[in-house]
Amino acid sequence: MKHRPMAAQLVGIAILLLAAVGQSSFAQETHIDALTGEVHRGKQLYRRYCVGCHGPTGDGRGENAPWIDPKPRDFVTATFKCRSTPSGELPTDEDLFKSVTRGFVNSNMPSWLPLTEQQRADLVAFVKTFSSRFHDEKPAAPVQIPVEPTADHASIQRGTELYQKMNCWSCHGKGGRGDGPSAQTLVDNKGYPIAPYDFAAWTRFKCGESNQDLYRILMTGLDGTPMPSLASSLKPDQAWDLVHYLRALQTNAKHKQPAAQGEHERSSESKSVGEKPEARANRF
Amino acid sequence: MLLRSRVIVVMLVVLATLLSVRQPAHAIPAFARKYGLPCSACHEAWPKLNDFGIAFRDRGYQLGNEKDAPIWQNPGYWPVTIRTTPQWHRESSSNQVIDTVPGNPALGQTFHNVTTDGFDFSGLDLWAAGTLYKNISFSVLPSSDSSGSFHFENVFVRFDNLLGNRWVNVKFGKFELDNLVSEKRMLFLSQNGGFYHIYHYLPFRETQFQALNPAIAQFSPVFGIGDNQVGLELSGHSENSYTRYSLAVLSSSGGNPGVPNRIYDGWASFNQGFQVGKLGVQRVGAFAYFGQRATFFNTSLGTPVLGEGLGNKSFYRAGLTSLIYVKKLDFSTVFIHGWDNAFLGTGTAANTALPVGARAPTWNGAFLETHFTYSPQLIFVQRNEIVRMSRQVFSTDPRDLGDVDAYSFGLRYYPFMSSRAGLAVHTEYSLLRSYKSASPLPTSTSPFGPDLRTSSVFIGLDFAF
Repeated sequence: MKHRPMAAQLVGIAILLLAAVGQSSFAQETHIDALTGEVHRGKQLYRRYCVGCHGPTGDGRGENAPWIDPKPRDFVTATFKCRSTPSGELPTDEDLFKSVTRGFVNSNMPSWLPLTEQQRADLVAFVKTFSSRFHDEKPAAPVQIPVEPTADHASIQRGTELYQKMNCWSCHGKGGRGDGPSAQTLVDNKGYPIAPYDFAAWTRFKCGESNQDLYRILMTGLDGTPMPSLASSLKPDQAWDLVHYLRALQTNAKHKQPAAQGEHERSSESKSVGEKPEARANRF
Repeated sequence: MLLRSRVIVVMLVVLATLLSVRQPAHAIPAFARKYGLPCSACHEAWPKLNDFGIAFRDRGYQLGNEKDAPIWQNPGYWPVTIRTTPQWHRESSSNQVIDTVPGNPALGQTFHNVTTDGFDFSGLDLWAAGTLYKNISFSVLPSSDSSGSFHFENVFVRFDNLLGNRWVNVKFGKFELDNLVSEKRMLFLSQNGGFYHIYHYLPFRETQFQALNPAIAQFSPVFGIGDNQVGLELSGHSENSYTRYSLAVLSSSGGNPGVPNRIYDGWASFNQGFQVGKLGVQRVGAFAYFGQRATFFNTSLGTPVLGEGLGNKSFYRAGLTSLIYVKKLDFSTVFIHGWDNAFLGTGTAANTALPVGARAPTWNGAFLETHFTYSPQLIFVQRNEIVRMSRQVFSTDPRDLGDVDAYSFGLRYYPFMSSRAGLAVHTEYSLLRSYKSASPLPTSTSPFGPDLRTSSVFIGLDFAF
């Protein structure tokens, strides 16, 4: 056999170059600060990373969706839990960007932080194409978050009263363990069982970790879940009082009910048929 | 002359064995099934990891969403993966010494090209990997060659986020050395292309010695960066795994079990990634391996006593790596410098004198591997690789003795994308030229033969479930 390494190398390189030619693109952009996300790049990334759960049409019915709890987000309805905008409004591009970056605790949605910022922006641009709402509507102005007052004893005491007055306990329970009397009856907007946040779990919240994030959750609600927006019921100072109480509740619950992380809740998939609905539920 | 021919025949057998025992590549559908993510989430094209896959591995095979512990899994879930590759392949080797008349060596020999082809299959990877508990993961990979003879490719337990710190992770057992460019995750499978030559290179004289002294080679095995090693690793990474390091203490057993020879080697690697606009993450890194090997052994009635190695002599490998992305094109580069003590280079016991004129051999190697990821389902690959001796053991040896040129190209097509299993149609063509490495004719007065040229054509179905 006669060997022609140079010829073989040229053939290989030529194939690579030919394959690189002709990558067409079209402009459809999303802006997140200085980043410009482009749909055509986001589409490729979506196909690689997201389609298995969220599905090719973005309706949350990917091939893996039947096996996932909680269920993947349905992008077609454009109902998103984590927003900086008032309840019922579209999220901003940055809201979606943060969700992709952060992931969602206690779900199959991981943090996509290892992707570049550009790639995450491209994904946001593509995700928005699944719903006509993003074409027809504009996101409302983000909810303003005032400077946090001091988390003193008085603030926590006022928060305690608000927790009772606003009936937070009916879902989250008096001890904040997600075991209120209504907890077992809750479903999300798709009819799937969903459980209230368990403050004893000490995990990060769905939409962030900081007090500001918690304040935002209270004022925007988590659309698609039973967690309503309290914006019309609470003044900013009251919302901060409630935040301070919830933080205290989180600490107290943790100390009263120590549990190894990762084992405080049993897998929903490991539950046998016939167990209580909340056992299979997502937490909000 | 007859002895020299035998040596070279043995060398070829050893080389063929090395080439045919393809290193198992790492792709774990068990993880895809656990998390419901498609293979493409972690792999540029499996088994090659992408940025997300690197971070997933660095976190101890965890997504970090508080659902990683086994308690979250269906009790029936069993994290096992199988992988094998039925194939058709063609192998050709030039300058093989053949009897002029078959069956009658007395009538002389001549050079001949030997070509074989046919249907075949690779060995089997039977891999279990997963989490034992939050932040505690494991991997056990029994791997067989095509005859069904198993060995353990890796066996380790890993502890992550010790002290609540992602910079403190410990791995214990047999594992792959953490390097930016992984041979275990390469996209080549053929006998010529299915390993990085520079990760296993030994000077020609040293290879001769190993072939002539199988007992010594067994007890004081050769080293290859591409071989999994046995030891303890401390590693760490940034939140996005753009910054990574690895430090390891390893038994100098070449990754083989049952070789407790009381010598320890050291490994260090560091790599850093940078976001460069729309191009992606660019990574650069460096690595070094410092080791020792025994040059002779205490003996009992003439038989080497296992673990009683003496006369340790040192060697090192050090290099630079990079992963450069230009949208759908990416380039993996490795440069490596090797140095072996003269006693190792000549196979001389340290309690005897070195051959006159013997020097410590040194060499440099490099490769450029290019991938064009047309889509998550189609990737084109090619690799140029060279090794150049910078100092031969003997100054009288030809300057290019044992140098290597290698080239491979091919493509992998994944007919479907799934979070349950993976299948790749793999095609590849590889060339290898080893300078003056073929056997000389028995009548030759030169101790060295002509260049050895080999080529492989490979078409296979690479599947994992």
